[in-house]
Amino acid sequence: MNASTTTSVTPMSKSDASMTDTILNVEHLSMKFGGLVAIGDLSFQARRGEITALIGPNGAGKTTVFNCITGFYKPTEGMITLNRRDGSSYLLERLPNHEIPARAKVARTFQNIRLFSGMTALENLLVAQHNKLMKASGYTFLGLFGFSSYRQASAESIELAKHWLEKAELVDRADDPAGDLPYGAQRRLEIARAMCTGPELLCLDEPAAGLNPKESLALNTLLMDIKNNTGTSILLIEHDMSVVMQISDHVVVLEYGRKISDGDPEAVRTDPKVIAAYLGVDDEEVEDVLTEVGDDEVIEQLDTGPDAGHGPGSSASMMAGPISDSVEHGDEGERVTVSKGASRAAQVETRQRRAAGEGPAAAAAAASKPAAAPKAGSRSKASAPSKASRSKDASGAAAAAAKTPARKAPAAKEPATGAPAKTAGLSNRLAAPRGGRPDNLTRIKGIGSVNEKKLNEHGIFHFDQIADWKKADVTLAETYLAFDGRIAREEWVKQAKLLAKGKETEFSKRVDAGQVATSHASARAAAGRRTARPAAGKRGGRK
Amino acid sequence: MTATVSASREAANPVARAVREALFAGVVSFGMFVLLIGLKTDQNIRNELVLVPRWGLLAAVVALTMLGRFLYVGFIAPAMERAKAERAKAPVVVKEPGFIRRNSNKIGILILFLFPVVAVSLVGLQGSLKWVDNFGIQILIYVMLAWGLNIVVGLAGLLDLGYVAFYAVGAYSYALLASHYGLSFWILLPCAGIMAAMWGVILGFPVLRLRGDYLAIVTLAFGEIIRMVLVNWRVVTNGSAGISSIPKVSFFGLMSFNVSDPNYIAKVMGWATSGVYYKIFLYYLILLLCLLTAFVTIRLRRLPVGRAWEALREDEIACRSLGINTTTTKLTAFATGAMFGGFAGSFFAARQGFVSPESFVFLESAIILAIVVLGGMGSLGGIAVAAVVMIGGTEILRELQFLKVIFGPDFTPELYRMLLFGMAMVIVMLWKPRGFVGSREPTAFLKERKAVSGSFTKEGHG
Repeated sequence: MNASTTTSVTPMSKSDASMTDTILNVEHLSMKFGGLVAIGDLSFQARRGEITALIGPNGAGKTTVFNCITGFYKPTEGMITLNRRDGSSYLLERLPNHEIPARAKVARTFQNIRLFSGMTALENLLVAQHNKLMKASGYTFLGLFGFSSYRQASAESIELAKHWLEKAELVDRADDPAGDLPYGAQRRLEIARAMCTGPELLCLDEPAAGLNPKESLALNTLLMDIKNNTGTSILLIEHDMSVVMQISDHVVVLEYGRKISDGDPEAVRTDPKVIAAYLGVDDEEVEDVLTEVGDDEVIEQLDTGPDAGHGPGSSASMMAGPISDSVEHGDEGERVTVSKGASRAAQVETRQRRAAGEGPAAAAAAASKPAAAPKAGSRSKASAPSKASRSKDASGAAAAAAKTPARKAPAAKEPATGAPAKTAGLSNRLAAPRGGRPDNLTRIKGIGSVNEKKLNEHGIFHFDQIADWKKADVTLAETYLAFDGRIAREEWVKQAKLLAKGKETEFSKRVDAGQVATSHASARAAAGRRTARPAAGKRGGRK
Repeated sequence: MTATVSASREAANPVARAVREALFAGVVSFGMFVLLIGLKTDQNIRNELVLVPRWGLLAAVVALTMLGRFLYVGFIAPAMERAKAERAKAPVVVKEPGFIRRNSNKIGILILFLFPVVAVSLVGLQGSLKWVDNFGIQILIYVMLAWGLNIVVGLAGLLDLGYVAFYAVGAYSYALLASHYGLSFWILLPCAGIMAAMWGVILGFPVLRLRGDYLAIVTLAFGEIIRMVLVNWRVVTNGSAGISSIPKVSFFGLMSFNVSDPNYIAKVMGWATSGVYYKIFLYYLILLLCLLTAFVTIRLRRLPVGRAWEALREDEIACRSLGINTTTTKLTAFATGAMFGGFAGSFFAARQGFVSPESFVFLESAIILAIVVLGGMGSLGGIAVAAVVMIGGTEILRELQFLKVIFGPDFTPELYRMLLFGMAMVIVMLWKPRGFVGSREPTAFLKERKAVSGSFTKEGHG
């Protein structure tokens, strides 16, 4: 089977020292169901011997991540590497479903308990030791004739089951059907059953859901016991913050399938993006809320700049826009994408960046539009400034492009903006849009409103600028946008060439018709959208 | 509020309520029977269709219904309530299970071994033929088939409506190989089992992804395909004419049951010539095959593969999360079940001496499945009892000549066989919805073996 090729011990080419104690490495994981993007470009790591918690509001894609890790879903893109203690590595997305627990030693529990309710608690734990016992019974044949080797293995398996029943405080109910146990006991039994497979990584899907405080405490004890005494690493989905904060060593926060925060519990708890995601308030209100709760530290952060732990430098996801921008769109008309305004965390993110004065380009862009200062009551923070001065329609933009057929020499550009070395790369930057009216870049398939803003910040306003990009420019632009190879893949340059000549692409027609949620058709349509957005924005408010 | 008031008033006066209920029942039964019983179509002497009213009979039936309802509501139901309340009030006495209950399996097996002896000693050598053959062997064949199907349906929870296909494969393998190549039954018995198991795997592969109704339909189709092949592949199977003069089983080659053979059993033993010896021999043969099936099933349940079957019935997704390969687990269930079907089939061919596609119609599958469901899925004892009730019941209805005394000389009980049989099944399923034995024996225990109530076990969804 293909398993043999994937299970070969792959020497980790990455020189990273932290790689050695990483048990699970999720890289650029994406999962799409038809048009619905459940996870978009998620990367995180779980360290060996630690409890890693995966939190986020309902529908953030946490369980989907679990299903990808445990092989119930095959991810659309991305790589999930599991490093076992003996040094072997497994690519989980390539292993068949049932081989992930058997070979990669990943066990899981389910959000809605899935015990074998008609079998006793003991039998549940014996079923979990299936593969081991199967081997001992000579694949049934030796066991059928009562060979002693099987009888010994059987006795050992009962001992192991008894051990875990004791840990889960269920030993007096060992002979009762699992379906007859109280809810909390069923939760513990499910964990005990997963532990009987001898896992190295234990994935728990909301183990504390529906437990009373006493049962929740018993669960914490069990999990800490597993962590300290077996060396099993734990990956945990949980809504109960008391559990998360008490026991986890590392927290990853998801919202709409994207990672919005990653760090130790204390850092995550005070992360404004996380607070916004959970409280579902507007970014101005986040400050209000924080002021009300008197969290000076956070206010300071908001004022002075992004926290070093979550700054653009350390987190790949910081550079990318909200989910709708990093996902290919436009293949099908009815593709469902999360509305940009819905991601509260993204709003905070952009605000932070602006507050920090992220780059001179941004400063320049802001300078050219004094009205860009946060308008009270305006909800469309990120794209409002550029929209305000945007050209009314495509034909106008095309005419502007025709008037200035050749871009200005890059050499002339750079002194003009006084750009530092960081942004010196793009060959054809402009200080400001020609004639003050930038092209509607979202008419290019692959560019959404947020990316358009970023491009504007880097001095790219017109189709002909993109059309003239050289290979080096594409690479640079990709680094700015945190895209790998997408610009080439989506043929931005080719699209831009067509649009610069005033022609239409299939996608741009749809944009102008207002059919693409992530793009804005024209200033008129954008204005319509702006009024509609507050209603959509409320979706963030839960938990 | 009103409900409680009326309830207490009715409780105070059950007779009044009984009268009212009886009147309702009378109206309903009158409506139902006025055309069915009240009027009869008949021909007169000039071959004209005439209506013969039977008001007297109608009145009698309606009156009987009313009386029954009156007695039930007025007296029987309150008495049952009282008895229940008294039982609930009485302290729970944990009764030590009696000797018979504790050793029911051993006693059952002993009775089965003694059955031919008792039959011969009671009704003589020739008289016992009917009891040993029509009852003993017939029932045991179905017991074996049902135990085989029990592995697929009862343990693994895969609804298989085409089980008779494997029975046919076993029967035809023995019939063809024995009559063409003259191979012995003792060689062909395992061959038939292996061949049926192979067909089980062949059926299993395409249906692995199917569940529930879809699986049932595909297995049903598979059963019909096998039968159609048997009907139409005339060169090999001789079509619907079937294969006759299939060789008899020998006593391990030592003694034969053919009168013409020099080692004919009666000659060797110095007994009188009779066909009963062969039947008694076959009886013990199928009994041993049944015991083998039971032994293997019990053993398999305690092995990881059997536990995996049951786990698969309970929750397939949880199975996969524990590293169980559900594909091979399902295939082993299909193959093992099919193997026992194949054993039973080759025995059937040897016993009949004749096989034709007519023996392998869908009704056979349905009866076997009904035995499994009636007995309680997964329980060997319950299934054996169900087989006795279903097969023995239909056979015994042939014997009920005394009913002629009640219903007149024109009454033929055989004609009502299926009707009574259907009624009996409905009654049993109302009375015991999970079959005779609804509980499940755990395969392992720490302190004590407690039966798992049927309300916790699942029937499987595939």
